[in-house]
Amino acid sequence: MKSITLKINGAEHTAEVSPRTLLVHLIRENFSMTGTHIGCDTTSCGACTILVNGRSVKSCTMLAVQADGKEIITVEGLATAEGLHPIQEGFHLNHALHCGFCTAGLMLRAVELLEKNPNPTEEEIRWGISGNLCRCTGYNNIVKAIQWASAKMQGRELPSTEPEFV
Amino acid sequence: MIKCKTSKEIGGMGHSKKRKEDARFIQGKGNYVDDVKLPGMLYMDIVRSPYAYAKIKNIDASKALEIEGVIAVVTGKDLEKYNLHWMPTLMSDTQMVLPTDTVMYQAQEVAAVIATDRYIARDGKEAVIVEYETMKPLMDPFDALDPDAPILRSDKEGKSDNHIWHWEVGDKEKTDDVFNNADVTVKQQMHIPRIHVASIETCGCVASYDKVKNHLTMYMTTQAPHAIRTVIALVAGHVGLTEEKIRVISPDIGGGFGGKVPVYPGYVIAIAVSFLTGAPIKWIEDRSENLQADSFARDYHITAEMAGTSDGKIQATRFKVLADHGYTDASANPSKFPVGLFSIGTGSYDYGAAYMEADAVYTNKPPGGVAYRCSFRVTEAVHAIERMTDMFAKKVGKDPAQLRMENFIKKEDFPWASPTGWSYDSGDYHAGLKLAMDTVDYDGFRVEQAAARKEGKLMGIGISTFTEVVGAGPSKDFDILGIKMFDSAEIRVHPTGKAIARFGTKSQGQGHETTYAQIIAEELGIPMEHIEIEEGDTDTAPYGLGTYASRSTPTAGAAAAMAARKLRDKAKKIAAHLLEVSEQDLEWEPGKFFVKGAPEKSKTIQELVFAAYTNHPEGMEGGFEATHYYDPPNLTFPSGAYICIVDIDPETCDIKVRRFVAIDDCGNIINPMIVQGQVHGGLTQGIAPAMYEELIYDEAGNILNGTFMDYLVPTAVESPSWETGHTVTPAPHHPIGAKGVGESPTVGAPPAIVNAIVDAVSHLGIKHLEIPVTPFKLYKELKAVGYFDKQEA
Ligand code: FES
Ligand code: FES
Repeated sequence: MKSITLKINGAEHTAEVSPRTLLVHLIRENFSMTGTHIGCDTTSCGACTILVNGRSVKSCTMLAVQADGKEIITVEGLATAEGLHPIQEGFHLNHALHCGFCTAGLMLRAVELLEKNPNPTEEEIRWGISGNLCRCTGYNNIVKAIQWASAKMQGRELPSTEPEFV
Repeated sequence: MIKCKTSKEIGGMGHSKKRKEDARFIQGKGNYVDDVKLPGMLYMDIVRSPYAYAKIKNIDASKALEIEGVIAVVTGKDLEKYNLHWMPTLMSDTQMVLPTDTVMYQAQEVAAVIATDRYIARDGKEAVIVEYETMKPLMDPFDALDPDAPILRSDKEGKSDNHIWHWEVGDKEKTDDVFNNADVTVKQQMHIPRIHVASIETCGCVASYDKVKNHLTMYMTTQAPHAIRTVIALVAGHVGLTEEKIRVISPDIGGGFGGKVPVYPGYVIAIAVSFLTGAPIKWIEDRSENLQADSFARDYHITAEMAGTSDGKIQATRFKVLADHGYTDASANPSKFPVGLFSIGTGSYDYGAAYMEADAVYTNKPPGGVAYRCSFRVTEAVHAIERMTDMFAKKVGKDPAQLRMENFIKKEDFPWASPTGWSYDSGDYHAGLKLAMDTVDYDGFRVEQAAARKEGKLMGIGISTFTEVVGAGPSKDFDILGIKMFDSAEIRVHPTGKAIARFGTKSQGQGHETTYAQIIAEELGIPMEHIEIEEGDTDTAPYGLGTYASRSTPTAGAAAAMAARKLRDKAKKIAAHLLEVSEQDLEWEPGKFFVKGAPEKSKTIQELVFAAYTNHPEGMEGGFEATHYYDPPNLTFPSGAYICIVDIDPETCDIKVRRFVAIDDCGNIINPMIVQGQVHGGLTQGIAPAMYEELIYDEAGNILNGTFMDYLVPTAVESPSWETGHTVTPAPHHPIGAKGVGESPTVGAPPAIVNAIVDAVSHLGIKHLEIPVTPFKLYKELKAVGYFDKQEA
């Protein structure tokens, strides 16, 4: 067992963990934050994506001990006292989620994407989220949601959130 | 634009209301089965067979039991003591829970390890030593029919071959006659490969048995909680777990698509262990276990034929199917429909003769035969008919759009009796295809294609104009294990005019909490924001058969409307009483009754509900609640016209979908935003089998792509930007005229894509391509027709 200290969503936590404990299990089981999900065993789906020191990381493929001293943001930490994060609003308003299982991972991946590239093209968004699988939505509206969040974060005019149905 | 009868505030049908369920999901507050944590909970992991066909010589659990924290190792022999080692499938076949002597497919459950934590359970699993004596597996369904093939299901008394069932429909003689005399016939052998739904959440459960109360609470990823409760009672009734002692809770589900309809051995083992130990048992499968052992979809080998006149009139179709069901028939079809609704395969076209037959066999592959976001084998049928239609058009030298227009059933000919016995309720196929052609600029692309071919470029245009059949179903024909496939809704309106409604269905992402509320809002005029929807708890919801096969809107959605109408009738009586007029003098507008000719004399629904609790007319029952079990008079027949444009890289054979226009007709639309979202998702699950997904086995029975590393679920890069639209032909027999939509795109998209790819290379002499059409497959076909020689020359 090893003692680690880390910040999750702004609050400091310590835990005694065995060296093999995966970060995703630490978050879900030790700290009971179950918004981070597990969808595979091969680092393929991205359902477990969180931010570690601002970088999106698949938490199923990082050991809890490696997170010692790090700052972590999970889906539970996206909203602030002022309200939802623009990416959360974007996903909701653009119907970018169905079952919601992939959503946390995709939103956190998108947060880093927009941090690095505040005005991404559709192509850049699609490649940018290609490490995250969604089985329900067909991705159209996820792309729209990220574009919407980009506009909101950059103070641009907000795109329509009505469905374009001919 | 869709016309709405209700105001935006009420938010009835036709409003693109944002979803009520989103709030918890975007904030990480969903409650999926792996989020359930109970005091004293133990974890289960499953030892699986590395072999496809083998005798179990010995299971040595001693090393596993030495590990601190491993509580027990359960084998088939342990379950046998309680007669829990076998279970029925939904198709009344039988399936091992855990084997006592033989394993029948790779990744089959062999033993279960129970431990205090999931890591220790995994250690225990690694430490269980199983000795096998391997046998040569039977992997090819055609070999399974060989009289000399080993008989796989020797556990079934009197079984002397690997044949499961034979099915046929249509008029064989008449069809053969048309074929014998036809100007033109086309024939193609095709395989609709084995694929996997791969919802991003895998399957799992927490089984919690209370020894004192003799009561089981089962949290589980199931699309059909009530049906599962009944199945558990059937399997475990003999040990005292009768149906009233069982509560199935289906929490938030991370995608289902049919894969969460069956009962998997893991669920039953968890229940058995909880029953014996009194501890809650959590079992969550890995992705690899999910892909390798849980129900597959499809795996139909089809010989398809079409006959017609040389000027392009379709006259008959003939399909012969060999269905590979793996080790047992664990399909999730209505009982009387072993091939599901495959007989919809005469498509959207008007002709009088069809004959279809199917045979199913056992092999050493995992069991299944579930939907993959498709209504009971409709995808297989649609693929066959839409490929054949293109092939026929090619042979008679007609444009495939033109040929379809000439053969469509006309809108005035509905209800239309199909040669395989369906009564299509309604449709306007000409309008759908016309809209799709105009939206994509079909004629423009044909001009571009002619020019592209001159330059040696490969681009193709593919069409699919399909008819779906959903909403199972009318109780005279449809049941699962004898239980009729109606569905239910119960609405309770509280004194202040706010409501809760409960359903026998279970959303896995379809947005029922929003759309059901909109249906009730439409009927009662109560704002949808004030209508809570609850599903997935068998203790509170009325009995229903669950959510799959696009049946929720056609069945439970109808039940909601009918229950709401009962309440509106009651409201009318109360209004007449309060306004002192007769019921005939009252008129309804969303949200209130008013006196004809005197609109200032009115009562809002909220006032009327309040009166039902405070001042109801003498002789009337108090309160304001209603239940309805809806037994549909017919199925619904959604349709679509899809057009796909592909470009093929002449060197790498990479296939790019440049445009994809999907026009769907799902009848009246409850929420356009959600319908469009369903179509997007279904389309991506349509391109998946067309170009990427297939579960592949080698001759020794090994799965070659049983993880997400090599089973190619499309990402945002593979998935094109979909263009969607709709026509509206209401279902005439349905209370709100809706037809269901969740699966149409998965059904309709694959042939549009494949037809486009074949169209891109048809001038080189390629007539057909098997799905998934991968660049390598295409390369081999192009090489075979000498394409690359010509290029080099
Ligand atoms: S759980 Fe799939 S990538 Fe982490
Ligand atoms: S919303 Fe279900 S997996 Fe993305």
